[in-house]
This record gives sequence, structure tokens and C-alpha cells, in this order.
Amino acid sequence: MTDSKYFTTTKKGEIFELKAELNSDKKEKKKEAVKKVIASMTVGKDVSALFPDVVNCMQTDNLELKKLVYLYLMNYAKSQPDMAIMAVNTFVKDCEDPNPLIRALAVRTMGCIRVDKITEYLCEPLRKCLKDEDPYVRKTAAVCVAKLHDINAQLVEDQGFLDTLKDLISDSNPMVVANAVAALSEIAESHPSSNLLDLNPQSINKLLTALNECTEWGQIFILDCLANYTPKDDREAQSICERVTPRLSHANSAVVLSAVKVLMKFMEMLSKDLDYYGTLLKKLAPPLVTLLSAEPELQYVALRNINLIVQKRPEVLKHEMKVFFVKYNDPIYVKLEKLDIMIRLASQANIAQVLAELKEYATEVDVDFVRKAVRAIGRCAIKVEQSAERCVSTLLDLIQTKVNYVVQEAIVVIKDIFRKYPNKYESVIATLCENLDSLDEPEARAAMIWIVGEYAERIDNADELLESFLEGFHDESTQVQLQLLTAIVKLFLKKPTETQELVQQVLSLATQDSDNPDLRDRGYIYWRLLSTDPVAAKEVVLAEKPLISEETDLIEPTLLDELICYIGTLASVYHKPPSAFVEGGRGVVHKSLPPRTASSESTESPETAPAGAPPGEQLDAVPTQGDLLGDLLNLDLGPPVSGPPLAASAVQMGAVDLLGGGLDSLIGAPSFVAPPAAAVPANLGAPMGSGLSDLFDLTSGVGTLSGSYVAPKAVWLPAMKAKGLEISGTFTRQAGTISMDLQLTNKALQVMTDFAIQFNRNSFGLAPAAPLQVHAPLSPTQTVEISLPLSTAGSVMKTEPLNSLQVAVKNNIDVFYFSTLYPLHILFVEDGKMDRQMFLATWKDIPNENEAQFQIRDCPLNAEAVSSRLQSSNIFTVARRNVEGQDMLYQSLKLTNGIWVLAELRIQPGNPSFTVRRPLPPKAPGPLPSCPHACPGWGRPWWGGVGWGIHPGVKKHQDSDLRKLQLSPIKCLR
Amino acid sequence: MSLGEYEKHWKSVVSQSVCDYFFEAQEKAADVENVPPVISTPHHYLISIYRDKLFFVSVIQTEVPPLFVIEFLHRVADTFQDYFGECSEAAIKDNVVIVYELLEEMLDNGFPLATESNILKELIKPPTILRSVVNSITGSSNVGDTLPTGQLSNIPWRRAGVKYTNNEAYFDVVEEIDAIIDKSGSTVFAEIQGVIDACIKLSGMPDLSLSFMNPRLLDDVSFHPCIRFKRWESERVLSFIPPDGNFRLISYRVSSQNLVAIPVYVKHSISFKENSSCGRFDITIGPKQNMGKTIEGITVTVHMPKVVLNMNLTPTQGSYTFDPVTKVLTWDVGKITPQKLPSLKGLVNLQSGAPKPEENPSLNIQFKIQQLAISGLKVNRLDMYGEKYKPFKGVKYVTKAGKFQVRT
Repeated sequence: MTDSKYFTTTKKGEIFELKAELNSDKKEKKKEAVKKVIASMTVGKDVSALFPDVVNCMQTDNLELKKLVYLYLMNYAKSQPDMAIMAVNTFVKDCEDPNPLIRALAVRTMGCIRVDKITEYLCEPLRKCLKDEDPYVRKTAAVCVAKLHDINAQLVEDQGFLDTLKDLISDSNPMVVANAVAALSEIAESHPSSNLLDLNPQSINKLLTALNECTEWGQIFILDCLANYTPKDDREAQSICERVTPRLSHANSAVVLSAVKVLMKFMEMLSKDLDYYGTLLKKLAPPLVTLLSAEPELQYVALRNINLIVQKRPEVLKHEMKVFFVKYNDPIYVKLEKLDIMIRLASQANIAQVLAELKEYATEVDVDFVRKAVRAIGRCAIKVEQSAERCVSTLLDLIQTKVNYVVQEAIVVIKDIFRKYPNKYESVIATLCENLDSLDEPEARAAMIWIVGEYAERIDNADELLESFLEGFHDESTQVQLQLLTAIVKLFLKKPTETQELVQQVLSLATQDSDNPDLRDRGYIYWRLLSTDPVAAKEVVLAEKPLISEETDLIEPTLLDELICYIGTLASVYHKPPSAFVEGGRGVVHKSLPPRTASSESTESPETAPAGAPPGEQLDAVPTQGDLLGDLLNLDLGPPVSGPPLAASAVQMGAVDLLGGGLDSLIGAPSFVAPPAAAVPANLGAPMGSGLSDLFDLTSGVGTLSGSYVAPKAVWLPAMKAKGLEISGTFTRQAGTISMDLQLTNKALQVMTDFAIQFNRNSFGLAPAAPLQVHAPLSPTQTVEISLPLSTAGSVMKTEPLNSLQVAVKNNIDVFYFSTLYPLHILFVEDGKMDRQMFLATWKDIPNENEAQFQIRDCPLNAEAVSSRLQSSNIFTVARRNVEGQDMLYQSLKLTNGIWVLAELRIQPGNPSFTVRRPLPPKAPGPLPSCPHACPGWGRPWWGGVGWGIHPGVKKHQDSDLRKLQLSPIKCLR
Repeated sequence: MSLGEYEKHWKSVVSQSVCDYFFEAQEKAADVENVPPVISTPHHYLISIYRDKLFFVSVIQTEVPPLFVIEFLHRVADTFQDYFGECSEAAIKDNVVIVYELLEEMLDNGFPLATESNILKELIKPPTILRSVVNSITGSSNVGDTLPTGQLSNIPWRRAGVKYTNNEAYFDVVEEIDAIIDKSGSTVFAEIQGVIDACIKLSGMPDLSLSFMNPRLLDDVSFHPCIRFKRWESERVLSFIPPDGNFRLISYRVSSQNLVAIPVYVKHSISFKENSSCGRFDITIGPKQNMGKTIEGITVTVHMPKVVLNMNLTPTQGSYTFDPVTKVLTWDVGKITPQKLPSLKGLVNLQSGAPKPEENPSLNIQFKIQQLAISGLKVNRLDMYGEKYKPFKGVKYVTKAGKFQVRT
């Protein structure tokens, strides 16, 4: 009764028996025999020996028998080419049959017989069929051209079939159009350079018309073809989009996704201000969501594509978070994709829901899924700053479960959280350390080691912890070894006294006992750094780390744009461009999104660039999961950032101080021995000169007549170096008060509070006269202007250059250091006008060596104007005379520490020149420190707190209300 | 694989060994449902679907939209279902020649040819016992020898010359509620997946218009190709020339939270004691927003944790089974009578010495409500143009649980 009987014959003489039946006279027996042959064929049995007997059955008027024989032929013609020729006559005859079904069947089957000799006979029938009166035959013939091209491309071109195929795009029957498009697309794929599908507005119009009327499969071919067209302007793009949108409601998901591709691509050309743009965005969401209620296989492909779409245009699905919530019986491949998209869509608005879900998932059964859920929690913390705290506490809860793989994943992501928010969640380190022994995966071990090294100064027994890892050094994986090496070097730089031995040990393990070149090289670099220049080592190893990017695993924008053009294809499933995996040497044309072109004269908007990179992003290190090594290199070998000055260099400066003598002459040593002349320009001339040229910089217009010259604010501390705090400022002197005008900008995402400021000791004893008062907390993007009054009553120490000032600013996040140069003129006091007689006497006493001379160019002012302008900056004219047409001005000024500076100013029209003479302290010099030798100088830290690495042994800090910054060290348990 | 394998080649012949990659992936996946649908091999891509305990795998060599392939494979499975009444290995084996003929008609050189049931049935007649008897006597075949009429017309889904003595048009509005309910009973996520399935047996070329009382509910809809999209856009009326027989007219989604009523609630208390080999299990089901209709056909399925050895429970109604191998608890409840709510309680035996399960299992609930579309969708009227006879018309509503999960 059923066909299953065909499978039962397993006798030895099976073939022989079939042969006899095939040659039977009875039609019915013949047909049964052919059916048996076909059944054997479907299960892979070799029945090719029956070829001549089966072909003999071909000439029949029974359509079913004919079809069965054709099926057989298609399978075996290749292996029996000579026999296959026997069938040609029947084919050619069938192509003339009055029944269109038979004509089509013949041309279809001939195309499937991949034998060269047969293809030659195929050309004439095919040419006729392409122009057949019946559209069913034409559409079958169109496909046959593609088949023939695959067998013999040259033949197809020579026979002019391609042109005939192109003509079919204008066929009256939509199904013929669709098949012609499909055939041409397939041929074009193997000939990327050929201009087969020469699309123009006319042909596009024909395609759009056929789109509405052809079958669902035809619609897919046409839509995919449309996606390759680049409209000439936004108006054309819009009109195509309008005609494509109804396809979004099609029941066939492949049609929907192809339509989405066309829309996503052409949207690129539409201006975002356009109403239609918004309409289109809204229309895209429902069909994408609908795809998720289909069969799991469809869901999977849809999710892979949605992943691309939300990266390109997150606004499309931003309100649809819930449809991506995971059901416990979703297949694992769907679960993992949903999770990925949930994180991409996570925002401040929905983070609470997302976290609740993720926590739920983290206790599920499937290990892969749980791991990914835990990672997802970490990614949320990094992406949505407001949620970081909640994420960390969720992760801690999960660590408490003690489920081994959960703990390990949690530690890996906590490391990233530490990098994103340094000095914020260190309190959890103790909990992490409790689980040290359960870590058996390299990534988790490496992450833990990184944490220990990074916070070595806060973990009392960091050395013990690291030492314990060192025991099995050679059994560790490379990433753990590398991380261990770096962590121990960090530890050494932070606690040099106790860890000398440990660092020796790890360096020798890495360099002498290891075969891994990466490890060895890194070991040598550290070793040499440490032995030749510990300061540099510190700058390199403890350099500030680049910010961690908010989004991880983002597809690079140019690739994303290319992939958007491949929505719905295999490329979109693998998130790789087709060139990366398409088989064979077939060239693949790189597709790109169309640039936006406006039809009207309206100016092109600046955001034309299709690249989706957010503007103004700083260089972010994107931590790709599992790539700890690259991460490390980034950390350690990144460009050294000018951090706080280091102990060793400070000591060196102290030494210079002793020999240099520049300062004691400046502050007036009683003996007044003339220092080497060279010291003058080096120590005083340069800053002074520049300060004065600033004063004369009248063209800038900033200096006002009423007050002293004020330089425009300069950025002193870029946000990048200070976790989002940007400080710019300048110095002013008004009515005898020196002040530092600061502008604090919060460029971070969190509120900043608890500001304080402190200066390092400096040449003129500048110090804040009042605490830094920022009244309200500084919320993100807010800027506040503060004028900080300064006194010169602070302790004095010569700096290099003389007018440099090192400042520490503290807020709730961290302490930041920067140094700046202050203009000397803020130190010019109001009673700096010297008595004429005294001026004359002093002038003569100045030795020539102490004289400096330089020119100020391009100052178009006359003597009076210069004089009054200088006076506003407390540089006073003592006398004035006119010599040979030149105005000579004799100027005096007094610094806050009582040092006088005298000057002669010669003004020629357009070329005033300025002579500085060596200053002299005629009057009481004011309170001065007795001698630089007396104070221990740089040996003492001047700022209590973390991070200011100082000479070992000295640990006492100055009294400071910032003492609370000192965090209690953490004792870790093993 | 315990199943037999069948292959059909369209372009060049690909060696069967390529399937080894698939079997490998299948072995790796713990559960057959977890086999990834797209697998890459060095030279090919394998795209598969899993339906009715069968894998349908296609091997592709060049860049083809995977959804295209997956949709097509589902269409193949639909066709088998349609032809043989079931899509099973036995059915395919019994009809292997028809299967081969069908595949040949459905695809040519990678291009789908005829996938509409109406057309296929004109080309290849479905097997019936009567026909095979007749064929064997008369020697005629089950392959049509004329061109299917719908193949090239603008309405490829309908064959010409349809004739019925009783002209009927039935519509089934079927809504499924997908929901996730959290521990505390509040709704995490809920939406309605609705379909209107039609069974149209009308002679000639009828042109139908179906209108709704509240078409505004339908804002996310997928249409059968027969529906005139423009009329829907402008008038919110479904206007179409129907295919002959059974087909899905539209599918739709209602997601706005306030529209999705949750017809049942579950009170649950599942606990496992620390350091003991037993736990307690107690669930009760009650009606919630059921619009005054009876909730019936309730089944609760629970995948219990691995450490559960057995369960000793007492249901107040219905019957339960626990499979100690798959750890699946199934409670066939029946319908809810509000006077006495069904409950299932008792003890859970755990593997001694194993740590207590971290997480309570989710409950999967099935139910059915007759004569109700939970979204409130109502058909207003059906009009027929183009033919003169009076058809018999009918609409049925039913609401079911889709993926309805309660976390405990």
C-alpha cells in the first residue's frame, strides 16, 4: 500500500530484479520499478547501474513516470555523461510540447543536468522558452539561465542570454520579473564587476510594481535587489520606503527582514528632522518584535539581526525591552541572544527591571547562560552608572551562593567595575579574597590577581596573597602568569621595603625559567626599568589607566554599517562581512550605506558621515572579554601620564637647590655675592620676561586699565586625568589681593562633593587664604566659578621653574594633582614705587652681570599709555626722560617678599625695548625662611592621602582636614 | 541519529559526510531543542529546523538569507503535514516518492517554485486509500498533467473551478497569552499572540470582507498575502479572495500591558530544607481576570531540580505524574470551580547529601477559555461579493495559555 515497501528489498539480486521490472511491458510494473529506484536513491544507495534501463522509460505520456525518470536523470547524468546524451532528443522534443507544464519541466530538468555535451543542445530550446508565450515557461527558463551560467558562464554570455534575461525585468508577469531578478542576482554574485543589474529609477519602478503582485519568495528576491540600489536623493529614498513598508506586515518572516534591510539602508539618506523619518522608526519596531513570537530558529536569526539594528539605531526598540525577557524553556541559543540585546537596551529608565531579570537568570540551571547573565550584570554596572552600586551588591549576593562558576564570573566582571569606578567599591575586596581558593579558571584568577596588585597598598597581606599564587607559577596559564608578574611589580613599587624578595623571585621565574616569549619580554622590561630608573618604572607601571568604555563588544562602526547592508543574510548571523567567510575566490563587493543627499538646496547637515561613532569620544579601551592580555598591555605600557612628582626626582631637586643659589640671591643673602650670570635668565629673566610681555600684550584686550593684567583661563587639569573633573583657571591681583580664579566643570556622570585644595610649597609662599568653597554639590555637566584668595604667608621653597605651582585638589572621588605656572605680576605689590634717589643709587650698585635685556615687539603705545598700563599692574614709573627722540622710562616694582626689581624702558616708535636690571633688597625683606637647607625639603609629603608615593620611611602627614581620605587598610583572609 | 536520513539534491551533489557536522553539533547540545539552527562547516552552512521530532537540514554553499531557508523548511514540513496528516518519519517513509515529487515541485535550483498548498495539490494529488486503489486499477497517476491555474494568476493562492455543494466560511479567533509572573504574583511581562485561522469552502471566486467591532486593537499584524493591504490601511477591513481550504488569515500581537488580562493566579510554596532530604510542595490555582468564563484544560508542568528523587503529593482534583528521569512533574487539573480551588501538596524527596537546590522551579501553565478572545477582539460581519449563493458563516473564539510561566 505505501512506499515503505520499496525499502524492504535487501536481497542480493536487487539490482538485477529491478532491471527486469524496468524492462517490463506493463506500464504499471515499470512505474513501480522506477519508484523503487528513486526510493533507493533517496537513502543514498547507488543505483547508477540502472541508467540505460531507467532512461528507456523516459518516452512516455505518463507525466508521473516522466517526472520520476527526470528525477533519476538529474541525480546520475553527471556520472554517466555518455548515456545521458541518449536523453537529449526527448528533452528537445518535450520543449516543443503543446502542454506548457511539459515544456517547463523539460527546460527545468535540462538545466539540472550538469554535463557539458548536453548544455550545447540546451541553448536552442532555452532561447525559445525564454520567449515562450506562456509566462510559466518564461519564468522557468529564467531560472535555467542561472543554472546554465553556473555550468558554463562563457556560453551564456556568447549566446546573449544575459540580455534576454535583462529584458525579462520588464515582463508583464510579476512572477517572471521576480525570477529574472533572482537569476540575475545569482549571476551577478559570481561576477561582481559586471553591471548586470543596472538599476535606474525606471527599472526600480517596475520592480516596485512587481513587488506587490508576486509570490512571497519573489518578494524576497526583489527586496534584496532593491537593497543594492542607491537612490539619487532623499526624496527617491522616501518614496521607495513608502512602497516597501507594507511588506513589514507580511506573514513570511524572510520578506519582513528583507524589507527591514531596505528601510534601514535607505533611512540613512533621510534627514532626522523629517516627519517621515520618525514615522518609519515607529513602523520598524512591531514587525521585529513579531518575529520573536515565531519558531525558535526564526527567532535566532531575527535576534542576531536585531542585535545589529539596535546598535545602529537604538531608538527603534528602546521601549521594547520586555519582549527580550528570557523564558526558561527557550532554547539556549535564543536565551543567549536575548541576553545580549537586553544589555544593549539597558538604560537608566529600565535598569531596575533588567537587573531583577538578570538576577533571576543567574540562578538558572544552564551554566553557559548563568555565566553570561553574571557578566551581563557587570556590563550593566559599567553602562549605567546609576546602577553600579546595585549591580555590585547583586554580584556580592551571587558570590555568597558559593556556586563556583558564578563566583568566578562575578570576580571577572568586578575587575572591570573597579576599572570603571576606581576607589569606590574597594570595600568588597575582602569578600572577594575569601573565595581565592575556589578560583580555578585562568580568567578569574587573573582578574583576582589584577585586583590585588591594583589595590596592593590597601590590602595588608597583598604580598602573602600574591606569593601564594607564585608557588605554582609554571602551572598557571599565560594570562595568569603575565598578570602575576605585573601585580607583583605594582606591589613592589607601592611597598618597596617588604617585597624586594618577591619581585626578585617573579622576575627570575618570568625571565629565566619561562619559555613564553611574551612573559620573558615583559619580565625583562620590568627588570630593566626597575634597575635603571625606578621613577620611570613607577610612571609606566602605575600610570593612569585609560577609561574603560561603557559599551563592550560593540561592533566597529564601519563593519556595522557594512553589516546593516547585509541584514537577513548569513553575514548578519555571523556578524562578519561576507568577504570573511564566503567560499572560494569569488570577489565580494563591499556594500556601504548610502550617503545622505538632499534633493533640495538645503544645506547638507553636518552629521552626514554614516559612521556611527559618537563624536568627541576619547580613546577608550574596550575590554573584550577574555582578552586580559591586551588589556594588561594597555594598562601597563600606555603612554606615561604626567602624574604627581615622585620621590626620587624631588630629592634630586633638593640637591639642585643647594647648589643652584638662584633662590638665595633672589631672596637676598646678606653677602650678596653675585651668582653666575647664567643663572639670571634661567631663574628670573624668563618667567619675568614672559610675564611682562603678557602685560604688554595689549592687543589681546583682556587686560583692563582698571586692574592688573588677567590672562584668559587655561585648562590646568583635563577631565580625562581627573575622573571627569576639569579645572581651568587663571591668577589675578586686585586691590592688593591675589586670587586664583577657578572654573570647575564636572564632566563625569556622578555628582561631585567635598572639594578641597592645597598647594605644594613654592618660591613665593603662595597658599590658599581660605578653604575652597563649592557650596552645592557639583552635578554632572555643571560648571562652577570660584575665586580663591591667596596669601603669600605659606612656606617657601624654591621651585623649578621659579613660578611653578603644584596644586592638589580633592573631591569625593579622588585626589588630583596638577601643576601650573603663575604670572609673576600677581606678586607685584602696590607700594612698589621707589624713591627717585634710592632708585638712582641702587641702579648704580647693580653689577652688570645681573643685568638682562630683551625686546618687546609690536607695541604700538606711546610712553604715557605704557606707563599708565604698567602702573595698573603695579609697575611704577619712577622717572622719565627723553634722549635723542627716544622715551626712557625708569620703572620699579616690588615683589611680595620684598625684593625690588628695577627696569629701564626705552621706547622708539613701534619698537620699545626693555632693560631689566638686577634687583636689590634695600628694605626689610619680610619673613623669610632662614635657609633652604634647614627644611627637609621634598622629603616630607605635603599632602596626606593615598597615591602620593613618597620616600619610604617617612609616613607622617601634614595636619590637614583631608585626613579622612586615608582609608583604613583591608586585611584579607585566606 | 536513530532516525533514517533522506536527502534531496538540487544543484550539485553534496557528499553526505557534511551531515557529520550536524550530528556532532547535535551530540554537543544536551537537548535536541538546543541544536543551533545555523552551523558553519569548512565549505558549507547547515541550516536546520526541528519540528515534530524531526530535523530538516539544508546545506547551503553561497550566501542565502537564512530566514528564507528556515521559512522554506517550515513550509516543507507544513506541506507534509497537509499531505500526510502528520509530519513523522513513518509518514515520510510511507510516501517517499510523493515526498520526492513534492520537493521537486517546491524548489528549483534553490528558487522556491510552488509552496502554496492549493497549487501543489493540483500538481500532485495527496494520497488517499481510495485513490491508490483506483490508480492501481486504472493505471492513472496521482500527478496532474495540466498547469495549475493559480500558478501564474494574480491570485496564486487560489485554484480555479472550486465547487462545493455546501458553501461554508468559518473563522477561528485563537489568542494565546504569553506571560512571565514573578514570585510575588505581579506580571513581569505579558502579551497576546493572536491568529485568525480560516476554513473556507466556497465555490467560484468569492471576494470576502471581514470587519471588526474594534479594529484599533490590531496595530501589529501580519497578513496572508491574499489580504488587500490598502483597504486595511484606509478602512481597517480585511478584504480578500481566500485560498481554498484551511489557512491562516492574519496573526497579530497585543502587547500593551493594560490590555492583557491574566486569567489565573497561582499560590505557591515550594521549599527545600537545608541538610535534609525532603522539601515541601504546595500550589493552588484560582481564577483571576477570567471575564466570567470557565477556565478549563488546566495543566501545570514543572521541571523540578535535578536533586529531586521523587514526589509524594495529593491533588484535590485531577491527577499528577512525576517522571524521576526527566524530573518533570505534570498535574492535569481539569477546570477550575471557584467554590473549591484545586491544589496539589505534599513532600518532595531529595537525594540525600546533595546541596539543596539554589532556585525554585518555574511553573508552566496551560489553560483554555472557550468563547472568549481575551484581548476583546470581536468580528463584526463577513460580506461576500462576486458570487451569488448564500454561504454558511461562523466565528469561534478561544483563549489559551501560550508560554505562561510562573516563577516561584
